[in-house]
Amino acid sequence: MFYREAGQFKTTYPSDMAVFPIAQDRIGLGLILAAAFILIPLFASDFILSSVMIPFLVFSLAAIGLNILTGYTGLISLGTGAFMGVGAYACYKLMTIFPGVNIIIWIISAGFFSALVGIIFGIPSLRIKGFYLAVATLAAQFFLQWCFVRIPWLYNYNASGAIEVGTRTLFGIPIVGPNATPEARYYVMLCIVVALTWIASNIVHGKIGRSWMAVRDMDIAAELMGIKLLDTKLLAFAVSSFYAGVAGACMMFLWYGGGEASDAFNINQSFLILFMVIIGGLGSLIGSFFGAAFISILPTVLKFGLPAIGIPLSGATAEHLIHILVGALIIFFLIVEPHGLARLWQIGKQKLRMWPFPY
Amino acid sequence: MDASVQTKTHNLAKGDTLLAVDNVSLSFGGVKAITDVSFDIKKGEIRAIIGPNGAGKTSMLNVINGFYHPQQGRITFKGETRQKMRPYVAASQGIARTFQNVALFKGMTTLDNIMAGRTLKMNTGFFWQLWRHGPAMREEVEHRHIVEEIIDFLEIQAIRKTPVGKLPYGLQKRVELGRALAMEPELLLLDEPMAGMNLEEKEDMSRFIIDVNTQYGTTIALIEHDISVVMDLSDRVVVLEYGRKIADGTPNQVKNDQTVIDAYLGVPH
Ligand SMILES: Nc1ncnc2c1ncn2[C@@H]1O[C@H](COP(=O)(O)OP(=O)(O)OP(=O)(O)O)[C@@H](O)[C@H]1O
Ligand SMILES: [Mg+2]
Repeated sequence: MFYREAGQFKTTYPSDMAVFPIAQDRIGLGLILAAAFILIPLFASDFILSSVMIPFLVFSLAAIGLNILTGYTGLISLGTGAFMGVGAYACYKLMTIFPGVNIIIWIISAGFFSALVGIIFGIPSLRIKGFYLAVATLAAQFFLQWCFVRIPWLYNYNASGAIEVGTRTLFGIPIVGPNATPEARYYVMLCIVVALTWIASNIVHGKIGRSWMAVRDMDIAAELMGIKLLDTKLLAFAVSSFYAGVAGACMMFLWYGGGEASDAFNINQSFLILFMVIIGGLGSLIGSFFGAAFISILPTVLKFGLPAIGIPLSGATAEHLIHILVGALIIFFLIVEPHGLARLWQIGKQKLRMWPFPY
Repeated sequence: MDASVQTKTHNLAKGDTLLAVDNVSLSFGGVKAITDVSFDIKKGEIRAIIGPNGAGKTSMLNVINGFYHPQQGRITFKGETRQKMRPYVAASQGIARTFQNVALFKGMTTLDNIMAGRTLKMNTGFFWQLWRHGPAMREEVEHRHIVEEIIDFLEIQAIRKTPVGKLPYGLQKRVELGRALAMEPELLLLDEPMAGMNLEEKEDMSRFIIDVNTQYGTTIALIEHDISVVMDLSDRVVVLEYGRKIADGTPNQVKNDQTVIDAYLGVPH
């Protein structure tokens, strides 16, 4: 089958405005969804599900969040880890205060709390940009991290200071806690990611997404179009932090199953997600998935994959190798291709469109 | 652009004063960019603002659309007098603008750039934007129709989906005009729309400016260095030099004005 749009004429604006105007793309998306919903749970081992797929999905969500802020709106943030933490703690508090309500509702609601915190820390963005904004969000990161440790109310005064996750069910099936199977957790995670990705795609392809990109590309001109800079930036902070918060709640409840959160939501996490966005592609939703896949799956592949095919590699060496690889790639993408893997993917598709005739 | 959409709530008739600038002075620290300048723009006319480099022309546009706040003077737009304009007010009251150094949204396509010009006319709430269905989609389609008319008008169909950063300069200027037109402005401020263009591109741009003025009745304030273009296009000309107004009148009056001739030939004062 050839990949091209020949013969697919758009006769209406809605069909031309579709996110995937080319039929082959829609088929491809269908295949990916089918694989994610049917093939992977069918064939993947528990290890793959809980150590590869669930982390990948959590990071994808967080990367989409940061991409909305940094890639689409041009506001750099080093506080993603902390905003994820706000989501995790909010979810924890909500679920202990209202144990009767389904956990999925609290995972999503947690996003609203981090959205609120995101708005507060986003206010300086009207006045400051670039490096200075990065420093301001760094302050948010440290302040929130401090809260996570110093406010025992947040972790219900547990002696360990950790989030303790009990069993929670959906339709009688445990989805959170020690009794939840990897399959169940994976399905919940997948549904959340698919739904939120679809919504993110709707937002960035409409009026709001255009306002964000306008502010990113030329804020004075945007202002003259009647785009209010503060509102637009704060909305980006809100939506971005919402995604980060939900990702954080998912991380704690669907992936880790509890633990000491101040470690999980530290500055390293913020940087990791920023790297995903840079490597995947600034201003691209699909790039967020590429970046998350790359950075979250690479360590597992190196640590377990290489020894499995007979190449001896100690855990520590793998660790070093990852640092070197990621560092090199970031430098490469920042200099050569700011649109990251997503752009390479597009170039590939463009080539395919011409194939087999070069012109 | 739809004629029914275009002719909206203007209670001003052709020839009434649309904008008046009274005794405006603007300085940056010690630099006086504008000194006590007054002039008006009448509805339906093409008003040229000319003057040597650094005369304060761009600063004047920045005062009109609210980027710069003058230390002295008043701005009256559609009968409402203000000490200073604000960019949002200017935009929502119907003032659109192109920039001397193209200020497009470089990472966005031609289509998205012009669609961005419709922002103020789109009012479906956040809730519907989340789904991109129902009212949000209807609105998007409705505005896409209008944007397509602008694209046809400016003859830029072929670059609809090209990111504007990749376009040659002349086309970028054209897209920027399209983005301003998408706001359906009552007053369109053009800052050197033909700078850096070749003759053919200049002719195209002149034709678009005249068409915008005659077909849609849009009032235009035009900064331009090419005197022959100014003479051909404009109804009235205001001449600035070192931040002061030195002449104001029809192209012919201005052309024969001795102070203007001196200013352009660089006669020392
Ligand atoms: N933001 C600013 N800060 C300081 N000085 C400024 C600023 N903007 C303009 N000026 C000064 O004001 C004066 C008028 O500048 P302006 O850009 O309005 O001139 P112009 O008539 O548009 O010139 P040109 O034909 O070169 O575009 C110049 O001396 C300029 O240096
Ligand atoms: Mg100028």
